[in-house]
Amino acid sequence: MIKFFLMVNKQGQTRLSKYYEHLEINKRTLLETEVIKSCLSRSNEQCSFIEYKDFKLIYRQYAALFIVVGVDDTENEMAIYEFIHNFVEVLDEYFSRVSELDIMFNLDKVHIILDEMVLNGCIVETNRARILAPLLILDKMSES
Amino acid sequence: MVVPSLKLQDLIEEIRGAKTQAQEREVIQKECAHIRASFRDGDPLHRHRQLAKLLYVHMLGYPAHFGQMECLKLIASPRFSDKRMGYLGAMLLLDERQDAHLLITNSIKNDLSQGSQPVQGLALCTLSTVGSAEMCRDLATEVEKLLLQPSPYVRKKAVLTAVHMIRKVPELSNIFLPPCAQLLQERHHGILLGTITLITELCEGSPAALRHFRKVVPQLVEILRTLVTSGYSAEHSISGVSDPFLQDPQGPVELKGRGKEALGSQPDPSRCSPQRWIFLLSPMTPYPMSSSIFQPLTQPQVQILRLLRILGRNHEDSSETMNDLLAQVATNTETSRNAGNAVLLETVLTIMDIRSAAGLRVLAVNILGRFLLNSDKNIRYVALTSLLRLVQSDHSAVQRHRSTVVECLQEPDTSLSRRALELSLALVNSSNVRSMTRELQGFLESCPPDLRADCASGILLAAERFAPTKRWHIDTILHVLTTAGTHVRDDAVANLTQLIGGAQELHAYSVCRLYSALAEDISQQPLVQVAAWCIGEYGDLLLEGSCEETEPLQVEEEEVLVLLEKVLQSHMSLPATRGYALTALMKLSTRLRGDNNRIRQVVSIYGSCLDVELQQRAVEYNTLFRKYDHMRAAILEKMPLMERGGPQVDEEAEESKEARLSEAAPVPTEPQASKLLDLLDLLDGTSGDSQHPPLDPSPGGTLVHLLDLPCAPPALAPIPNVKVFEREGLQLNLSFARPSEIPALLLITATATNSSGSDVTHFVCQAAVPKSIQLQLQAPSGDTVPAQGGLPITQLLRILNPNKAPLRLKLRLTYNHFGQSVQEIFEVNNLPLETWQ
Repeated sequence: MIKFFLMVNKQGQTRLSKYYEHLEINKRTLLETEVIKSCLSRSNEQCSFIEYKDFKLIYRQYAALFIVVGVDDTENEMAIYEFIHNFVEVLDEYFSRVSELDIMFNLDKVHIILDEMVLNGCIVETNRARILAPLLILDKMSES
Repeated sequence: MVVPSLKLQDLIEEIRGAKTQAQEREVIQKECAHIRASFRDGDPLHRHRQLAKLLYVHMLGYPAHFGQMECLKLIASPRFSDKRMGYLGAMLLLDERQDAHLLITNSIKNDLSQGSQPVQGLALCTLSTVGSAEMCRDLATEVEKLLLQPSPYVRKKAVLTAVHMIRKVPELSNIFLPPCAQLLQERHHGILLGTITLITELCEGSPAALRHFRKVVPQLVEILRTLVTSGYSAEHSISGVSDPFLQDPQGPVELKGRGKEALGSQPDPSRCSPQRWIFLLSPMTPYPMSSSIFQPLTQPQVQILRLLRILGRNHEDSSETMNDLLAQVATNTETSRNAGNAVLLETVLTIMDIRSAAGLRVLAVNILGRFLLNSDKNIRYVALTSLLRLVQSDHSAVQRHRSTVVECLQEPDTSLSRRALELSLALVNSSNVRSMTRELQGFLESCPPDLRADCASGILLAAERFAPTKRWHIDTILHVLTTAGTHVRDDAVANLTQLIGGAQELHAYSVCRLYSALAEDISQQPLVQVAAWCIGEYGDLLLEGSCEETEPLQVEEEEVLVLLEKVLQSHMSLPATRGYALTALMKLSTRLRGDNNRIRQVVSIYGSCLDVELQQRAVEYNTLFRKYDHMRAAILEKMPLMERGGPQVDEEAEESKEARLSEAAPVPTEPQASKLLDLLDLLDGTSGDSQHPPLDPSPGGTLVHLLDLPCAPPALAPIPNVKVFEREGLQLNLSFARPSEIPALLLITATATNSSGSDVTHFVCQAAVPKSIQLQLQAPSGDTVPAQGGLPITQLLRILNPNKAPLRLKLRLTYNHFGQSVQEIFEVNNLPLETWQ
């Protein structure tokens, strides 16, 4: 089960945070800073899986943005690693060469995309077309 | 003055523009004040915009609880954009602990039953994230209805909401179990994925569900097979998918770049070039040939494999059905892409968990071995982790990859080298101990500090278990102490001293080596302690310099004393070390041939040391010199060999004492028992255990056996009585009883009757059984059988025969009859078969 999904940049600013298990707000900021600290301190030769308290962290770096997913012991790390890339590809398709600014200014859309893909910590949809279809319909509706 | 409210984008710009933390806080507080005012005024049009800003601020870590009621209002509004924002806010702000939480139940209920599909989707999403137990109970029926709706968009979300509900309220699994069979027939991957997760959750929750779902294993196998063999998702075929979102009546949907255009920001002409359009509905266009062509299939495959693992665990039949498929997946999956590796990993884990064929397990271990050689460090990491889980069960298979594992010790990444270390330690066995220890010692010298303690203790443990010779063992421990002395455990010193003490032939060798090590470096405390002890004990051997195994060392007495004094005075020495050194000095006073003035001087100096322990020792030793000099030699003699591992030995000794105490019931027969044991030759080697059970099956142990036994078979037919002995009117009969709840236990009652004219006195009956059977004799009712059918003696024998070994019983009787003492030894050979079958 996915416990949380974070997108944090190199300066430690959170761009997206989604928690699938309740955590108090002050603990969240603490968690985010610690997580980004451990991710930043890793070099290129080190692997993308970290053990942090009772979570496993799987992270991938895209330019200046770190996407970190915290899971519990039952998940397959490689599958989550794939999932992160899948998510970024979906974003890339929707925003056409997505950048950090896109994510910042369209936070609600990114939330919707994430909600299409992950429901309560379980991955529900990985098919790009299906994920984006509702969003596109909605965009057309709001335009008209 | 009303300041116009900012749009979300502008707010973000402002926050980004803030140079310091304080400035940012100021901006945010000002904005929050606006938002609060706006909420109070109840402006419906812009409410969702305000909430959006509030959520952004919340993400940055600022309090946002005043937005909770607004979420409710937004959810209740009919406009879709309001609802969307309201539900998003609910997910982020309203968790179970908030009071406003329950209020959204009604809104969700309405939306679930009456809303359009997107609205239902939103409601389901929120419900699955923040639904509390009461909400789940209320809304379970709604969700169940939605499970069977035709639209896949809603169904896949409903399935996962069901998963959440089951997690919160396990009783609801009854509602969600029946639809699963129908849902499995779906070809839509989203629903399939959700269903698999649901079934997984159900199976983990209750064993009854597990049994129920074992029946669908063949179906799952088929689904997985189609997923593996098809090149891309099969359900992209033209017919059959009635999904409104994919069939937009207004024409092909342009996919790329929509997000930016919808916002109204400047569309970059180069980015939305026509070649980038992807016509979703054209049947001739396959799924876009990007690297992610296999991605849609990874997650379903992984989930199905995980479910198969749960279903196949400890179940022979299901495991057999899966064997072929797992082999196929393992061989056919492409390993060039990460997605393939993910699936392969899950396959390996599944193979190891179910009852698979031996060949399959070897295949799995080989796959992991191949992973270890992969250049991608992530794959190496998961391979090492999985191998660690497997090493206990498939030791020999993992041994084959030992050299690769040892190479992984050199990884720059700590988490990988830690795992490689654990795995290497687990792979040490008696045949490879020398080479492995050499590698591990090399690693110890260069490893990062946090791994040193583990490595050192691991090497010591391995050396203890598999040391080929004592000298090698001592060498290894010495090497570890010199390299990583500060990181070893506390009992390493004790172990080493005990080891050296036990190896008499190596005394000279050890003391020479320890002396040279000490002369080089006195900072490693465990080393210094051991060396000090050794020099004290075997100082005379050191001075003889007669060790053949190392270069001869010419050591003068003075040098030894100087070294020990250095240890005493060094500020690096711990108080315990100083104690060792002082005692060593004292012992040397008897071992050395020279005079003891120097030693006496040192000892008297320390008589006024500040450390209480040292002071006490020094004062006592001083007294030894002055008043009790005649006893000094005797007191400071060489120590005898210490008992190894104190507490363990005591426990075992206590257990055996307990065993003997509770066997005290047949106490009167005890003295003869030893003689009985001599006489018994019917048993393999040593005799059976009437009085001296081996430590394991002590009565405590017997009780454990009794409790372990499987439960109640049907009642057995009564076993006929047997007459085993008759002489001059004295008869011995055996009657059998088997308590129905413990089938391996047989109760024999031996009855001695006397039909002769003379009393039988001092009657003693003893019994012996083969070694695999346990016997317990209870005290007889008496030792006299009066004449002419007087009251018989009965004695109960309890026989425990769990292995159903053939029961042989040898009896020895001694008694006085007709004024003569009689002794009879015989084997009972008419025991009925039922006694042991």
